Amino acid sequence: MPSFSLVHLEFLGWAAMWTLGLSAIAFIGGGLVGFAVALMRISPFRGVRYAAIVYIQVVQGTPLLILLFLIYFGIAIVGFQEVPALIAAGIGLTIYSSGFLAEIWRGCLESVPKTQWEAAECLALTPWQRMTRVILPQAMRIATPPTVGFLVQIVKNTSLASVVGFVELAQAGKLINNSIFEPFTVFMVVAAIYFAICFPLSTWSRRLERKLNVSRR
Amino acid sequence: MTYQFDFSALLAYWPEFLQGAWLTLQLSAVSTVAGFIVGTLCAIGRADGPPWVKFLVASYVEIIRNTPLLVQVFIVYFGIATLGVRVSANTAAVIALVVNVGAYTCEIVRAGLESVHKSQLEAADCLGLSKPQIYWHVVIRPAIERVYPALTSQYVLLMLASSITSQISAEELTAVANRIQSDTFRSFETYIVVGIIYLALSFVVRIALWLFGLAVFVRKRKLGTAL
Repeated sequence: MPSFSLVHLEFLGWAAMWTLGLSAIAFIGGGLVGFAVALMRISPFRGVRYAAIVYIQVVQGTPLLILLFLIYFGIAIVGFQEVPALIAAGIGLTIYSSGFLAEIWRGCLESVPKTQWEAAECLALTPWQRMTRVILPQAMRIATPPTVGFLVQIVKNTSLASVVGFVELAQAGKLINNSIFEPFTVFMVVAAIYFAICFPLSTWSRRLERKLNVSRR
Repeated sequence: MTYQFDFSALLAYWPEFLQGAWLTLQLSAVSTVAGFIVGTLCAIGRADGPPWVKFLVASYVEIIRNTPLLVQVFIVYFGIATLGVRVSANTAAVIALVVNVGAYTCEIVRAGLESVHKSQLEAADCLGLSKPQIYWHVVIRPAIERVYPALTSQYVLLMLASSITSQISAEELTAVANRIQSDTFRSFETYIVVGIIYLALSFVVRIALWLFGLAVFVRKRKLGTAL
């Protein structure tokens, strides 16, 4: 029986690239959708606000695994056959991260003091100008550390994309383990690669947080 | 879109859905209680232990928080098997979940411990309280009280994350769903039903933890704010 070798390590390296790619898709897609939902969540119209609340509650109240299965089987129902696993996984993770990012960013938008909103209005800025010139520059500063922190969650959760047949790091580990059956070695290496991706992000997030709190120290 | 939704095929399976949901709740409850104990002990060790304990706890927390639960579940399940000990999938699932949530609890509780003001400790010292007394009356209880909302969200996430243990065929709700959909070929309907059940469970867990908080934190209930 062959044992764990450089060939396997190379395979894991490629799979790690796919993990990173899927994470990027999930973050960009989830960021765009999540920002829209965050704006809806603080909209002055009650109906829009409730729609956003329901969306967030549903996404945060169901496991990602179930969401991925629903997308996977749902796409076939809508009429697309043979959709690449990357698309299915990308959509699922986009929806998942949008639900969480919306709630994170809502908090950041609302943490900009009310007086800033009012002052912008008194200066006769249009709602668009108020958002882009006054609120967002302040909210983004507050939002950076938790957003970077959430990136770690996204990277970790791409491991679930294996259930829709997407070969990323965790699935690659499973495949190798099926052929050489050295679960401990294989999954330790897989875990180490995940750690190598996530730990710098966590550290960066913490450092940003400390930098942001400089005035309160 | 010509798909005919058919939920009637699933009606016959409701006892199994219920069984799965019950096991999910059991898994989560056991992992929550054990994870809370592990996490709190680790937080105390990290705040007040000798340097090597601090280092050990810090490594444990960072390693667990920066690797996916799925991989942790695999390592526990297959790792224990290679050691020659036979454990059921459910046991392996609980072990993995406890190890996982213990690290997150440690981080949350640590924030709570740090929020206890130094003057409180000095006051307790002056009153001649012993170390365990100080920890129990002055540090732990107010700390937990403060971070209780964060713990609540973490344990709801734990309940949802327990679905991952279906990958090692622990017989909880998601695994039940996987079996039912391959029996009935009603995949989409099955996962809609299970999604709704999870949604309901997350509300139930949230309300249960809120009621538990009301019962335990008497002072908070009477004052209306955390101290």
